[in-house]
Amino acid sequence: MSERPSNRSLLQIQSAYQLRMFFRSPMAAFFTLFFPLMIFLVFSLVFGNSTSGVTGVTAAQYYAPAMAVFAAVSATYTNLAVTTAYQRDLGILKRVRGTPLPSSIYMVAKIVAATLIAALAVGIMMTIGVVFYGVQIFAATILSATVTFGVGVATFAALGLLVAAVSSSGEAATSITNATLLPLAFFSGIFIIPTADTPSWIETFSRIFPLKHFVEPFVAAFNPETVGAGWDWASILYMSLWGVVAVILAIRYFKWSPPQGREVRRRGRQSASVDT
Amino acid sequence: MVWWNVLMPVIEVTDLVKNYGDVEAVRGVSFSVEAGEVFAVLGPNGAGKSTIVEILEGHRSKSSGAVSVLGHDPGLAERSYRERIGIVLQDPAVEGQLTVEEVINVYGSMYPRRRKTGDLIELVGLEEKTHARIKTLSGGQKRRLELALGIVGDPELIFLDEPTTGFDPSARRQAWSIIDNLTSLGKTVLLTTHYMDEAQHLADRVAVIADGRIVATGTPETLGGRDTARTVITFHLDLQTVEGFPVAEMARLDSGLVTVKSDNPTRDLHLITGWALDHDVELAGLKVARPSLEDVYLELTGGDNHV
Ligand SMILES: Nc1ncnc2c1ncn2[C@@H]1O[C@H](COP(=O)(O)OP(=O)(O)OP(=O)(O)O)[C@@H](O)[C@H]1O
Ligand SMILES: [Mg+2]
Repeated sequence: MSERPSNRSLLQIQSAYQLRMFFRSPMAAFFTLFFPLMIFLVFSLVFGNSTSGVTGVTAAQYYAPAMAVFAAVSATYTNLAVTTAYQRDLGILKRVRGTPLPSSIYMVAKIVAATLIAALAVGIMMTIGVVFYGVQIFAATILSATVTFGVGVATFAALGLLVAAVSSSGEAATSITNATLLPLAFFSGIFIIPTADTPSWIETFSRIFPLKHFVEPFVAAFNPETVGAGWDWASILYMSLWGVVAVILAIRYFKWSPPQGREVRRRGRQSASVDT
Repeated sequence: MVWWNVLMPVIEVTDLVKNYGDVEAVRGVSFSVEAGEVFAVLGPNGAGKSTIVEILEGHRSKSSGAVSVLGHDPGLAERSYRERIGIVLQDPAVEGQLTVEEVINVYGSMYPRRRKTGDLIELVGLEEKTHARIKTLSGGQKRRLELALGIVGDPELIFLDEPTTGFDPSARRQAWSIIDNLTSLGKTVLLTTHYMDEAQHLADRVAVIADGRIVATGTPETLGGRDTARTVITFHLDLQTVEGFPVAEMARLDSGLVTVKSDNPTRDLHLITGWALDHDVELAGLKVARPSLEDVYLELTGGDNHV
């Protein structure tokens, strides 16, 4: 009997394979990488270099990190939920389940790939911000920004897999992620810069959900007025809590086989084409 | 081959029951498959074939009964078990964005033993599609890829759920020769099919299943008593000329078609043709036949409603 492949090589191969699938899906790549970038460009154009909001920085200095978070959340939360649910509909998860690949490696590879995509999206956004819009990056807060990004991405990856676990189909996963991410993005200050006039209930409401705890410290890390290294441990811990609960529930409810109705429907189509 | 492989059946199923809510899909099925055997499960749509196979694969849970495959309980979904089996599911699952070669490489990387990608592509006849995106393949080509993925880990036991549905005749022959090739390597195969000729060609033993129960098992030659079954003589006849017919007690008349089931065909045929010559009657469409596997199958599964 030959050697079992090592976990490390399995993880590498699987992550590369997930990445390749992503970059060959034009829609996913567009919505994750270019859509947030477009919003950033439009907002920077509209708001110019006016300083606005409680943060007192230029629009670009605020929107670059805010839209970077939006892109990172799209790459993890939306992308993982939708692709995983569609892969289940197609029977791909079922086939993977029938191989000796440990399911944990398969899942971690999905998260690794999503994290790399998120990092790429953030990198593109910040680079364009710096090069074309004079966005400033501060050495003192780089580390806290990176840790916030890491914890945020892990949390939203877990939440994406939870949505995939509880969705009855790929379409359902798409609806759930859109119906949750877009309103929360508004409430959490991704599209609208919070000002002193922002109603306090929005503030209170948005603090329940993890997105606010991702955006706020990440944007603060790019605010010249931030003093110190920019650590916001309360937010990091609160996000982690969401992440841990999401992981537990996702494992509890995850299904590998397509829902029965779908299997029958696809089979019907298949045999119909065979008969004719 | 290790000694216990020789002594123990590869698959042992005892009183297997599976209920989906109120639906009793499998109602007490028992069978066993020996090492190196090709075992076919035949049955109409909804008979419970996929349910049985997927319980053995570890994809579905059983309601009751005992199942042992290669000494494992498939329900535990152990890695060491899945390293030894290959699965071809009834519904092809495709990663449309990847190429044939990429997908075979990725799935091959999961196994301790693996067959070479190039060899596999050649084996299933997809050489020209090596670098084609899977979404551009035809339905039959996708299923051939599935077949390749099912054996990429060089499994000891292969589950094939309707492996050739949607294949053109030459692709079916090709798939058969792949399966023949597997058995010549000593592999064990469990397959389901609707096609009689497929079971006849491939299987050492066949179980016919209808409505969740096994209604017959045997070799394709002996299934349902086919080897001892009576020969059937048929011909067309006008109603008014039946008088004095020699073997009337064995004959059945149905809108001009006479069917005679005979234990002694040489003598009965002689009597019938003699009578016909005496009465100057032409036996239109005279045919002498043993029941085909298809006849037996239709009788066992009670289904003209099927084919
Ligand atoms: N997940 C499920 N939930 C509920 N009922 C199911 C499920 N899977 C199968 N069934 C039912 O169980 C019965 C057996 O189905 P199964 O798929 O095992 O049949 P089959 O012999 O493979 O049929 P086919 O030749 O069409 O593939 C059918 O009545 C089917 O509707
Ligand atoms: Mg089936």
